[in-house]
Amino acid sequence: MNLDFVIDVAIIIVKIAVVIGVTMLHVMYATYFERKAIGHMQIRLGPMRVGPHGILQPLADMLKLFFKEDIIPKDADKPVFWVSPIIPVFATLSSLAVIPFFEGFVIADINIGLLYILAMSSLGAYGIVMAGWSSNSKYSFLGGLRSSAQVISYEIAMGLSLVGVMILSGSLNLSEIVKAQQQYWHGMYLIPQFLAYFIFLVAMFAETNRTPFDLPDAESELVAGYFVEYSGMRFALFYAAEYIGMIIMASIAVICFWGGWTIPPVLLNAVPALGMVPGIVWFLAKVYFHVFLYYWVRATVPRYRYDKLMELGWKILIPLALANLVITSILKYMG
Amino acid sequence: MASAEKEIKTREITISMGPQHPATHGVLRVILDLDGETVVKCTPYVGYLHRGTEKLAENRTYLSALPLTDRLDYISSMSNNIGYCVALERFFGIEVPERAKYIRTIMAEMTRISSHIIGISTHALDIGAMTLFLYSFRDRERLLDLFEMVCGARLTASYPRIGGVRNDVNQEFLDKLYEFTEEYPEIIEDQYERLLDQNRIWLQRTKGIGVISAEDAINWGLTGPTLRGSGVPYDIRKYAPYDAYPYVEFDVPVGKNGDVYDRYKCRMEELKQSNRIIKQCIEKMPKGPVMASDAPKFTLPPKDRVLTDMESLIRQFILITKGPINAPEGEIYAATEVPKGELGFYFVSDGTGRPYRMRLRAPSFVHVSVLPKLCEGALIADVIANIGTIDIVLGECDR
Repeated sequence: MNLDFVIDVAIIIVKIAVVIGVTMLHVMYATYFERKAIGHMQIRLGPMRVGPHGILQPLADMLKLFFKEDIIPKDADKPVFWVSPIIPVFATLSSLAVIPFFEGFVIADINIGLLYILAMSSLGAYGIVMAGWSSNSKYSFLGGLRSSAQVISYEIAMGLSLVGVMILSGSLNLSEIVKAQQQYWHGMYLIPQFLAYFIFLVAMFAETNRTPFDLPDAESELVAGYFVEYSGMRFALFYAAEYIGMIIMASIAVICFWGGWTIPPVLLNAVPALGMVPGIVWFLAKVYFHVFLYYWVRATVPRYRYDKLMELGWKILIPLALANLVITSILKYMG
Repeated sequence: MASAEKEIKTREITISMGPQHPATHGVLRVILDLDGETVVKCTPYVGYLHRGTEKLAENRTYLSALPLTDRLDYISSMSNNIGYCVALERFFGIEVPERAKYIRTIMAEMTRISSHIIGISTHALDIGAMTLFLYSFRDRERLLDLFEMVCGARLTASYPRIGGVRNDVNQEFLDKLYEFTEEYPEIIEDQYERLLDQNRIWLQRTKGIGVISAEDAINWGLTGPTLRGSGVPYDIRKYAPYDAYPYVEFDVPVGKNGDVYDRYKCRMEELKQSNRIIKQCIEKMPKGPVMASDAPKFTLPPKDRVLTDMESLIRQFILITKGPINAPEGEIYAATEVPKGELGFYFVSDGTGRPYRMRLRAPSFVHVSVLPKLCEGALIADVIANIGTIDIVLGECDR
């Protein structure tokens, strides 16, 4: 019995190490890919110097940030200043625990997975607010305020848009949600829940503070917003948290609306050979598409204004999400 | 509870935006008094780029003060040079040859395109649309290469001279430029306008923001696209034509509402009009000299003559050290339409080879002063939009 326990713990630790390692690698290359993708969209090449086609650029960036001086403003609230970059990284990394990457591979297969992810993503906002407050700079203060308002408003829309998925699948467990989607010929909630998917997509951008909702770190208004006073590794932590957040949100979109690691049954019936492809490939391909969506949007649209952002959240997205909820419930009730 | 509420006081916060700030287009400093995100008061501070251009000109001859004007509005140096030359030509009564007029008009309009490109694209960049910036800089690069082709410099051209231009343009330059004008309207419509005009967020961020009525705009002394956005069709190229503007056809685009969007739209239309002017100039350009024959006081003799001919050597020496001798006394104000608005040069001459006083009417300086009016009660994000829309260059503003 004791040995079983030890083995279980060892397996979990190995799983955690693998997941975190793979995610961090993804984060590094997400930055590289972002610069490359946006570069090519903007008729330039992106990083080209470090390694062939700049492939080692993320390593160089990491080394540089690692050896940079850690500057702390004189009048900063030091303990809070120290701790606040760790919170978002912690929150986003721990969200990884409940994500099923492929059939049977999930660190903690808990039955409130979706709720846990929402909780963790709101926890990350604390780091931003605290960073904004403790820096003792008006720019970061405004960035922190904007972020807290934004995250709160969009959390509601995001939560409500996911309720439709919960109703249809009857579960909060992410693996169950994926399996429930297999009942359709298309194998996705994307089609019955297209409205919810749209709302989730918008809220996903706002939740991760990405363009067009990058108000907390609007570089042309607040210079960098909440992390303007941070340097070196602490600065990198905020960035890492942002990219892990993007990957988490993309994963949730894939799991809740795109059928996770599964292939649409209709496709599988047409080409049975596709069944040979491991689930992780499908999962990653879908996640990469969503991450690419972030870059695509960033290269296309300008930034929302603060009041318009709030208007969009409260006056459009939340009513739409509620309407979707009502319709879904009625349809579910009528069978 | 009631007493506790009484004790809570809110206080406006003051933030200093600039002089080091990515969105203040150089070294403008704006002090903002904020109530939350709303701007209560906005005070622009200028002078961080003051180099004393006006005073420097007093110690230089009319010839050698010309390069100072390059550094005013450094992204449209040709226009400044032309403004300087036009003023002095009127003062000295010099008639510029036709070909030089056409060349100058081409240069001024090329400058207008490259300046408006910066104006629009950095404005869009500040609002968050970053792709247009790189698209338009690709096209600006072509224009800068053409500048380099004709005078060797990309930014600080110093190409026009009092009485004409420094050297003639060659056919290769004209061909390349013509090719550009053929392709450009499509690029504007297909890329620039599609990225912005069809973008709901862009429309939301610009329509109804920073509104100024036609009357107010005139009272504040606004000129250029900033004024025309409010619906006043005032353009010096039409009202007091200089160079080859009387010989070409073009429209003056005007806005209606006087908001950020209308001013942006005016600039966008002006890109097309400038393109039209350049095309006509190339088609109509006559042959002939590029330097006025009645301006010996301002033309340096050819270099080979200077080294062999005594008279030329003396003339060169006098011109370089003393400037034009026997200059008339008096004063003149002449304005030209530069990309930003009305650039006025006011000269007082005391009969020596140097200006007694050179005074500039810089559009950017006037436009900065309207910023508090535009930003009244706006949000921080609108301040950025407003700084972009008045299209200032601090080199010209601070002089």
